[in-house]
Amino acid sequence: MTAEIVATTEAETTIHPLWVRVCHWINALAILIMIGSGWQIYNASPLFDFVFPRQIALGNWLAGALLWHFAAMWVLVINGIVYVTLGIVTGRFRRKLFPIRPADVIADLKAALTFRLAHDDLSRYNAVQKLLYTGVILAGIVIVLSGLSIWKPIQFQELTALFGGYDAARYVHFFAMVAIVGFLVMHVALALIVPKSLRAMITGR
Amino acid sequence: MRQRKIIPGVDPKLLIKDAAKLMPDASRRGFLRGAASLGALTFLTGCDIIDGETAESVLRKVSEFNDGVQAALFSPTKLAPTYPESAITRPFPFNGYYDEDEAPVVDGKTYKLEVAGLVENKRSWTLEELYALPEVSQITRHVCVEGWSAIGSWQGARLSEFLMHIGADTRAKYVWFQCAEGYTNTIDMPTALHPQTQMTFKFANQILPRAYGFPMKIRMPTKLGFKNPKYVVAMEVTNTDKGGYWEDKGYNWFSGL
Repeated sequence: MTAEIVATTEAETTIHPLWVRVCHWINALAILIMIGSGWQIYNASPLFDFVFPRQIALGNWLAGALLWHFAAMWVLVINGIVYVTLGIVTGRFRRKLFPIRPADVIADLKAALTFRLAHDDLSRYNAVQKLLYTGVILAGIVIVLSGLSIWKPIQFQELTALFGGYDAARYVHFFAMVAIVGFLVMHVALALIVPKSLRAMITGR
Repeated sequence: MRQRKIIPGVDPKLLIKDAAKLMPDASRRGFLRGAASLGALTFLTGCDIIDGETAESVLRKVSEFNDGVQAALFSPTKLAPTYPESAITRPFPFNGYYDEDEAPVVDGKTYKLEVAGLVENKRSWTLEELYALPEVSQITRHVCVEGWSAIGSWQGARLSEFLMHIGADTRAKYVWFQCAEGYTNTIDMPTALHPQTQMTFKFANQILPRAYGFPMKIRMPTKLGFKNPKYVVAMEVTNTDKGGYWEDKGYNWFSGL
């Protein structure tokens, strides 16, 4: 059997195959560590006129935060590569996330804001979900690439130049974090409003 | 982090102060304000759960792994981007774990650079002799471990040429630097031999002012700022990693860019 057939047969009984669930929770842990330590690193040289409260920043001080950040990055990146690769080769991204039609997004957004959006079939994403899930994957790619260009602005100087140089890459990295945190807030709130979606991400059904 | 483990109950605020001193004023104020709050104290206690000994030793192992990754990524020929004079950051920031008025004062007349370790000629060097070495110049970006960066103009001698001149064994793993105030730093040999690694005697074509490390700084655009020692009084070519001031406190050892 090809991967495609396995995935399709599995999809009939399972909402989220095992690899999606494993990648999801590894990613959840890694991204929380990256965000928490990233806030502490930000505090050492803030880009804007505010710092993150130390109570919610990870690592105690800059050196600790950097140790966390550059350890969790491996988990985030390796897990991310596995997830995106499987998402493409199994056809899951194509089936679940595409196409995203602007008219559907507007209609579903209206329904969501008036609490009339149906969640009967968790295996099918509505247009807003498709847009947000695709968006957060793209934000994930941008945050990793901008992070690489801050970490290695000489060895990867072509990449750094692509982001407009070292200082600009720091802003890109920051706003990609903002996008991901914004997604997270909505994502967690919606999972709590529709608890069976949380169950599906744990048990698969 | 390590200090907290070795001496239980050591005032974490001291550590924070240590770190905060390295920061630009705006963030230093924010950092200390946060540290003084009651919430921060509960956090420091609570964070033992996630910042505990096991976590710390794992994190340090990963940091060592990252040293290896960075050494593999390091290209001995890839140059740091250079900038026009108009891009120089003025005033170029003073940076250290002490205030500017506490920076070491080195007497140029009696100064001698000590050379030790795996070198053929161990005689020390006067400033006059060092100034006579062929001069190279660079306008490059200094990147601080905190994230900010500044562009500076540095003139001096290529460290690689100096190492050849004194008959250093360039198969050795490290070069260790000692500074007038006691700061120390160990770097890998490939970085020491990088064409832009410079024994710096001038900033913007003027004799290095005290704030920037008179009489000699080692400028390595391929490494974070704290790996660029100032007020250097001794160097040793060695196969022993002697660590360094910030590295021993938890910053990544290689800290390459």
